[in-house]
Amino acid sequence: MYGNDFAGPDAGSDGGLLGQVEAAEAALRAAALRGRVEGDPAALQDYFDAVIAADQKIEPRDWMPDAYRRGLVRQIAQHAHSEIIGMQPEGSWITRAPSLKRKAILLAKVQDEAGHGLYLYAAAETLGVSRAELVDMLLDGRQKYSSIFNYPTLTWADIGAIGWLVDGAAIVNQVPLCRCSYGPYARAMIRICKEESFHQRQGYEILHTLSRGTQAQHEMAQDAVDRWWYPSLAMFGPPDTDSTHSAQSMAWKIKRFSNDDLRQRFVDMCVQQAGVLGLRIPDPGLRWNEERQAHDFTAPDYDELMRVIKGDGPCNEERMAHRRRAHSEGAWVREAAAAYAAKQQEVVPA
Amino acid sequence: MTTVDYVLRLGDDALITAQRLGAWYAAGPEMEEDVALANIALDQLGAARLLLTYAGELEGAGRDEDALAYRRSAGEFRNCRLVEQPEPDFAFVIAKLLLLSSFQQPLYEALAAAGDERLAAIGGKALKESAYHLDHGTLWTLRLGDGTDESHRRVQEAFDTLWPYTGGLFVGDAVGPVEFASLRDTWQSTVEDVLRRATLEVPSPSPEPTGDRPQLVALLAEMQELHRAHPGARW
Amino acid sequence: MSGEPLFEVFVRPRRGLSHTHVGSLHAPDAAMALRNARDVYTRREEGVSIWVVPATAITASSPDEKDAFFDPAADKVYRHPTFYDVPDGAKHL
Repeated sequence: MYGNDFAGPDAGSDGGLLGQVEAAEAALRAAALRGRVEGDPAALQDYFDAVIAADQKIEPRDWMPDAYRRGLVRQIAQHAHSEIIGMQPEGSWITRAPSLKRKAILLAKVQDEAGHGLYLYAAAETLGVSRAELVDMLLDGRQKYSSIFNYPTLTWADIGAIGWLVDGAAIVNQVPLCRCSYGPYARAMIRICKEESFHQRQGYEILHTLSRGTQAQHEMAQDAVDRWWYPSLAMFGPPDTDSTHSAQSMAWKIKRFSNDDLRQRFVDMCVQQAGVLGLRIPDPGLRWNEERQAHDFTAPDYDELMRVIKGDGPCNEERMAHRRRAHSEGAWVREAAAAYAAKQQEVVPA
Repeated sequence: MTTVDYVLRLGDDALITAQRLGAWYAAGPEMEEDVALANIALDQLGAARLLLTYAGELEGAGRDEDALAYRRSAGEFRNCRLVEQPEPDFAFVIAKLLLLSSFQQPLYEALAAAGDERLAAIGGKALKESAYHLDHGTLWTLRLGDGTDESHRRVQEAFDTLWPYTGGLFVGDAVGPVEFASLRDTWQSTVEDVLRRATLEVPSPSPEPTGDRPQLVALLAEMQELHRAHPGARW
Repeated sequence: MSGEPLFEVFVRPRRGLSHTHVGSLHAPDAAMALRNARDVYTRREEGVSIWVVPATAITASSPDEKDAFFDPAADKVYRHPTFYDVPDGAKHL
């Protein structure tokens, strides 16, 4: 069952996002058990197409079209960079977290983001590109990361809003990627989505506590939601009419849903959740459309999205400077470790 | 017999260590090291929470882990000065990790076998973690000490700078199941062995600096600011 | 920048199961790779044993040889126990 990643009959026991991840994992195993695809591996393109058509996975040393490889490298690297840069907006609150429990949760979450970046770089490296090259491309601006991390975290409530909205949007985007046709990416995404299930919940819990706390806490929570709502909607990318990579990506089963479909799904989920939080979604145009069985909503400012992606967001400079500094200040450590390893090899008898 | 101050000393050492390491997010020399440092910070923070909770119970004044972490001033903290020292580069992180874990590991081991049940349980858990911290500190000290000229110089400087504060690990008149001073020989031989293998000099003894603790004050100001701005709030 | 060597990571999830490939990481040497693997791939008690192998030490079969490598086994049904008729009455086979 591949028609509907959101509420299919195979959606698993809890029917929620985690259930969908488990369903994707089951589908991956089932596809592997269906046996080998008929066809002549020597007829490269035909065999590749047959594997995709059979919903089986392309694996690292298989032949694949150059554009498929390039597209995947671009997408996986951008995703990995986003995890690594994404440590910064939240990381700056580790030392200031208002309770020891929240400090521990935030540390674990930021640590997971580093781990997820590493899983994704590992998946990208199976396509024949080295992590060092990818990091260089990030540092000199040839590759991008998600625009969302170029917004500042002004208050503690932003940690809640990032968990609820930013991680929420990321999960809606990422769950379908668990069914991506490229095996290493699909497997990395399954692992990431399972681990991320706590990220969204901890953010929601922060906002829930703040919303029911003192007046100042409630206002802090509402302010954070006001600032993060539209940037989160923009995370799904440009509208389908302007999306440059979508059609081919869908045909190759890298993407499974269009940007606008995923954005709609996210809005519909958030409305109910905002109600439980007692917080307002800052969109006067938001209303239920009985005919469409979905909410009408105001689209994010896509011009702003493009400006931020191109480097003109509030924190682009700061994020890149932090990453470059860590990289350059770590150089002497990496050189020392390499020198030590070389010396050890000399003394070990062959 | 275990006094509140004794447990606070252990808990504050762990808390301040976690706070320092928590500032190293996304700043390690490799991404893998970011994950490793966060693990160590989480271990220290976990131990700190158990210890501060226990200290609050011993005190019997209704203070929980957060009241103790966020509502004491610098003068009421019982940590040794080593843990509050700043970490201007990765060499300081590693030197401090080796110096502290060479102390915490035998301490937790001894506590796990000593008479206070609560400290024995906490020690039993923290023991495995601190063994890993010691391993991590050892591996990196070897690589930095016996790596390049620059890394050798930097890590030697870190040990030289931090060395005067190591005396503070073993002092303290707070009463508890394991005397800190009894760990000195074990600590000395562990650290000296690693330094020697890392081609580093053992710094010569010098008296521990005394006086004001501006670094601790600054660290606590950052840690406590938000919590203190909202009296009575839940988070 | 050349980057640190790449290591492939294999984790035994529980006793009784084989080591399974879980991903890769970079480390200056094998000792550090093992520690990094512990921190990166077993943060949630995913393993009881870890192997790290330098990626350069792995020799892999080529997809181009897939048929030559793996098809000959397909017709050797006599390797599977279900190929055999067990006479009625025979036990413990």
